[in-house]
Amino acid sequence: MIDTKDSDLKNNGIVAQFSGPLDQFDLSVAFELPARGVTALFGRSGCGKTTVLRCLAGLSETDGGFLSIRGQVWHDEDHFLPTYKRPVGFVFQDASLFPHLSVYENLVFGKKRAGGRSDIVPIDDLIDLLGLEELLDRSTHHLSGGERQRVAIGRALLSGPELLLMDEPLAALDKFSKNEIIPYLDRLFKTLDIPVIFVSHDTEEVERLADYMVLMDQGKVISNGPLSEVLSDPALFIAKGSKTSSVIDVEVMSFSETDRITETVVDGGKILIPGVLGDVGSKHRISIAANDVSLAIDKPSETTILNVLPARILDIHLLDGARCNLLLSIGHRDQHGAKFLARITQRSLRKFDFKVGQDIYAQVKSVSMVGGVSRS
Amino acid sequence: MWDPIWITVKLAFITTVILLVLGTPVAWWLARSKVWWKEGVAAIVALPIVLPPTVMGFYLLIALGPDSPIGQITIEIFGRALPFTFAGLVVGSVIYSMPFVIQPIRNAFEAIGDRPLEVAATLRASRLDSFFSVALPMARPGLLTGAVLGFAHTVGEFGVILMIGGNIPGETKVLSVAIYDHVEALEWGQAHILSAGLLVFSFLVILSMMVLEKKLGRRLR
Repeated sequence: MIDTKDSDLKNNGIVAQFSGPLDQFDLSVAFELPARGVTALFGRSGCGKTTVLRCLAGLSETDGGFLSIRGQVWHDEDHFLPTYKRPVGFVFQDASLFPHLSVYENLVFGKKRAGGRSDIVPIDDLIDLLGLEELLDRSTHHLSGGERQRVAIGRALLSGPELLLMDEPLAALDKFSKNEIIPYLDRLFKTLDIPVIFVSHDTEEVERLADYMVLMDQGKVISNGPLSEVLSDPALFIAKGSKTSSVIDVEVMSFSETDRITETVVDGGKILIPGVLGDVGSKHRISIAANDVSLAIDKPSETTILNVLPARILDIHLLDGARCNLLLSIGHRDQHGAKFLARITQRSLRKFDFKVGQDIYAQVKSVSMVGGVSRS
Repeated sequence: MWDPIWITVKLAFITTVILLVLGTPVAWWLARSKVWWKEGVAAIVALPIVLPPTVMGFYLLIALGPDSPIGQITIEIFGRALPFTFAGLVVGSVIYSMPFVIQPIRNAFEAIGDRPLEVAATLRASRLDSFFSVALPMARPGLLTGAVLGFAHTVGEFGVILMIGGNIPGETKVLSVAIYDHVEALEWGQAHILSAGLLVFSFLVILSMMVLEKKLGRRLR
């Protein structure tokens, strides 16, 4: 996970600010990101997220803007570093392999031009990591969508980037290719020591890959922070969707052989998960659907639900219609535990008179694994 | 009989090479530039398609003649004006065949779009670098079409050549003029041989171009 406290963003992270008319809307965004970790630029189609990504790469230019990476200024009032001088890797939505070059020639196109920059991942390791050995001598014409995207990712990384940008790298792929490529990305992101920013409008993808989220709407940044916090902010539109869920990072504490239940630690408490998760100490990400959480005033004694978590209500947000979102944090009193959302009806809210700051018990009916690959 | 063939091939070859070298940057500019007066330049480039060859030949004769500024310069440098020389034919042919080379190359550059060049830029290629390493290779079908059309069109040139080159055997007498002479002199046999040769040549040019273009196009898609 990202530790935002220890880094002086001005010197180590990414500081970006873009504003000006661009295409159909006015862009006005400003955000700061840590120097390491995976950030999702998330929002509805047409909200300007791709434009922001292009501005980061220098492919688009706004009238007003500022961009610095690890203290190096790429864009301010006085100068604008052209794309080819920026150490960025950019993966386009449609792979955009060069049709006149073989897979291998595509891979080393940027590497040849990166000069003395040390490879962030050695080429042999990368070929191995992305599963490209078989493809190297082929032309790009008969590759599958997933294969093309893997080549494009490898090509971008071999150019020695200090920042990896990806524009909906999975959007053009069918479900099958997506499932094929996500494990590669997961492994890759774990080994990279550079920040990754990817554009997405798919919550599943974001939950699986990102640590950090910049949420955009109509050319503006409306929220920006660690993924779990943004996803569970009840005031944001993501939380209003019908399939809203929250992500929580857990660490395996023990495994019970008799009933095959894994006990995990989270901030503020424990969560039990059926099945084998991984070795003791390994970290995983789980997702809890807001609809699978119900609330009780007292600790229920007669229940089949595995996870009954003491929790505190941090926020209540009424939705259009019959329902409402409650933001909970695990643990009673001021434990500042992991946050997640519960979706209940407004009738229940009134009946039990739930209040912000109240300690209650949350019954979590099911917990699903995000990905299945352990995360560092 | 071989003199006109040799002169024609030499003329077409030199013209094509010059047009590829000079025309490709022009085509690139026409494909990529966003200035408002670009279509004006494009119209000038395309003018030889519609302008009667005799009109073009007439103006070239005046523009290159010994009394014109250009004529003065060529006399300074080469000792003579360009009309009625092989060099004069080359100048005329370059202008005459210009649209047939530039237009297909421009179309090919336009078909590439922005994306491959953006990709190249994110992979550290400067604009010049990406022109040579991405745009030119991807525009190969267009370059081939332009070269073939330019060559073939120059082979068939008649009006402009008659106006500025005259009919000097061994120097400016090309195939099309030779055929005209044979017909004038009622040497039908000679005219038949040369004409049939050109007919077959033209057919083969068009055929091979279509086949090659299809092949290249498939590779690049």
